[in-house]
Amino acid sequence: MSLILDTLHLSHNGEAHLDGLSASFARGSLTTVLGRTLAGKTTLMRAIAGLQRIDSGTMERDGQAFGTLPAWQRDVAMVYQQFINYPHLNVFDNIAFPLRKRRLPEVDVRQRVESVLSMVGLSNFAGRKPSALSGGQQQRVALARALVRKADILLLDEPLVNLDYKLREQLREEFRGLLTSQSDGTVIYNTTEPAEAMMLGDRIIVMHQGRILQTGTPAEVFERPANTLVAGIVNDPPMTILSGRLDHGRIVFDGGVELAASAHLKNLPHGLYRFGIRATEIEPSEGRGIPGRVTFSEVSGSETFVHVETPFGEAVMQLEGVHQVTDGSQIGLSLAPERLFAFAADGEGALLRAPGQGEN
Amino acid sequence: MLSTLKYIAVVLWSAFVVAPLLWALTTSFKTANGVTGGPTYLPYIGFEPSLDGWRSLFGGAGGIDIVRPYMDSLIVTSSASLISIVLGTLAAYGLSRFEYRAGFVKNTDIIFFFISQRIMPPIVLAIPFFLMLQFLGLLDTKIGLILVYVALLLPIAVWIMVDFFDGVPRQIDEMAMLDGCTPFEAFWRIVLPNSMPGILVASMFCVIFGWNDFFFAFTLTFTDTQLLPVAVVSLNSSVTPWWSLSASALVSVAPLILIAIFVERLLSRGTLAGAIR
Repeated sequence: MSLILDTLHLSHNGEAHLDGLSASFARGSLTTVLGRTLAGKTTLMRAIAGLQRIDSGTMERDGQAFGTLPAWQRDVAMVYQQFINYPHLNVFDNIAFPLRKRRLPEVDVRQRVESVLSMVGLSNFAGRKPSALSGGQQQRVALARALVRKADILLLDEPLVNLDYKLREQLREEFRGLLTSQSDGTVIYNTTEPAEAMMLGDRIIVMHQGRILQTGTPAEVFERPANTLVAGIVNDPPMTILSGRLDHGRIVFDGGVELAASAHLKNLPHGLYRFGIRATEIEPSEGRGIPGRVTFSEVSGSETFVHVETPFGEAVMQLEGVHQVTDGSQIGLSLAPERLFAFAADGEGALLRAPGQGEN
Repeated sequence: MLSTLKYIAVVLWSAFVVAPLLWALTTSFKTANGVTGGPTYLPYIGFEPSLDGWRSLFGGAGGIDIVRPYMDSLIVTSSASLISIVLGTLAAYGLSRFEYRAGFVKNTDIIFFFISQRIMPPIVLAIPFFLMLQFLGLLDTKIGLILVYVALLLPIAVWIMVDFFDGVPRQIDEMAMLDGCTPFEAFWRIVLPNSMPGILVASMFCVIFGWNDFFFAFTLTFTDTQLLPVAVVSLNSSVTPWWSLSASALVSVAPLILIAIFVERLLSRGTLAGAIR
């Protein structure tokens, strides 16, 4: 293991930003940290970078504690959400800055900067000031400056969040290639977008309120979310969670709506549960199923998201294509029982059964 | 119609601004007869031009030796402005980037304390300054006046620069530190070059104040040190030599006109974009 964080605590004005966080990151790996806004992702990066002092806990790199080193001695590179470059320097000098600061011979500086410029596709823009570039190009400069150093730890704090949708998709592809070329270092990538986390990371850490909720491969986190919070964070739109009772092979929602429990839920003890289902697994049904009222719907490209208020909780349905759904109209929801997740009814709702799990 | 009115307004305003300078320019080439012979503006036609007024600035009859007060003004203004900008920039950076707390006193209180120095009318400050300089043996010295000007200019410099640094993203400093700079190197190599517009504006304010100040120069210096505004006013005796007065007034505003042209060029090139909000 290259980077080990142990029981990090960091509070500001009595509010815990890191709450006993422990994690380890392997050398040569790309870990995405997924969490909603204010989950503590940026604070975690700033703590690793030495830009924010932790209250307690230890940070080790290859067995050496580095938590007390100042930021300029940590060998950590970072790319921010905002396109942060040095406005008075041109693209070449921006990227060369950290190398010149380390007094590398100018020949090496030139060779490394030109190589990284070509990697990020900005060879023709070396003489321009950052202000003369587009947002995507500015962020490429910031990434190039972080990459050129071959830093031991590379931190990317939602680097694509301020770009438009198309550019974000394009750069996401490019970033994946560029970041995996950092084979020696540890790369940590913050994001609020589940799709981005799944696509980029070898491993995902799900954070919420300064704590790690789950760590695992993208498939593990997506298929087996540790609890209802994780299920909400790793699904976009969030997974619908409905309260109900399992009783003699049937799922009974308050108000008398019943579903036959599928095989993976049948051997769970009778009692109260929270049942989760993804937006793509819910369909409208004519006069049957779970009754609800449409609170609002939104058309996003080729999909329509319908938000429905039910007696058992709010549900989100994702329909293929463009559908006209009137706000306030009554609707019945049909759930695929075999796609239901069962979570504990108490606490954070630990996962008890996922689709395909526990079947004979 | 509207644009015609605009042009008329601009022409009238320009005349209002330029007329005193033109009046001083023509008067500086007049003699006693030319001044008392009614309003005349064109040399050789309205009056016989003479260089007496300009000669009098260099020890000629009825004038003053302008070189010494000019040099005194130059030394005092430039030194005070330089010290104020250097100290003010450093203080402003600290106030913008770090949190200070001493009991209930916080950064905003410190900034207000700086600004509050300028709330008091100068006359209130004159006697304490006089007594302090007397105690230090610095009355009628350039160093004494420089110290007083620094005390007066520092709040302006801090005020302008805090506002400016607050507009420079803090992440730029952090980025520089992650790139290997100590906090001071981050300030020196990255933040400062990006703050030149703010420094220029603050310097301009300091120089204009220092160069134009009459009140403190008049109350805290007498014979050994004499600044330009005091020297020019001292020409105004029972019989005012208007030609000398005009020539010396023109000489004393010349540096400010040069600064105005310089700043105007920077403004038109966009160098100060974002510096004045």
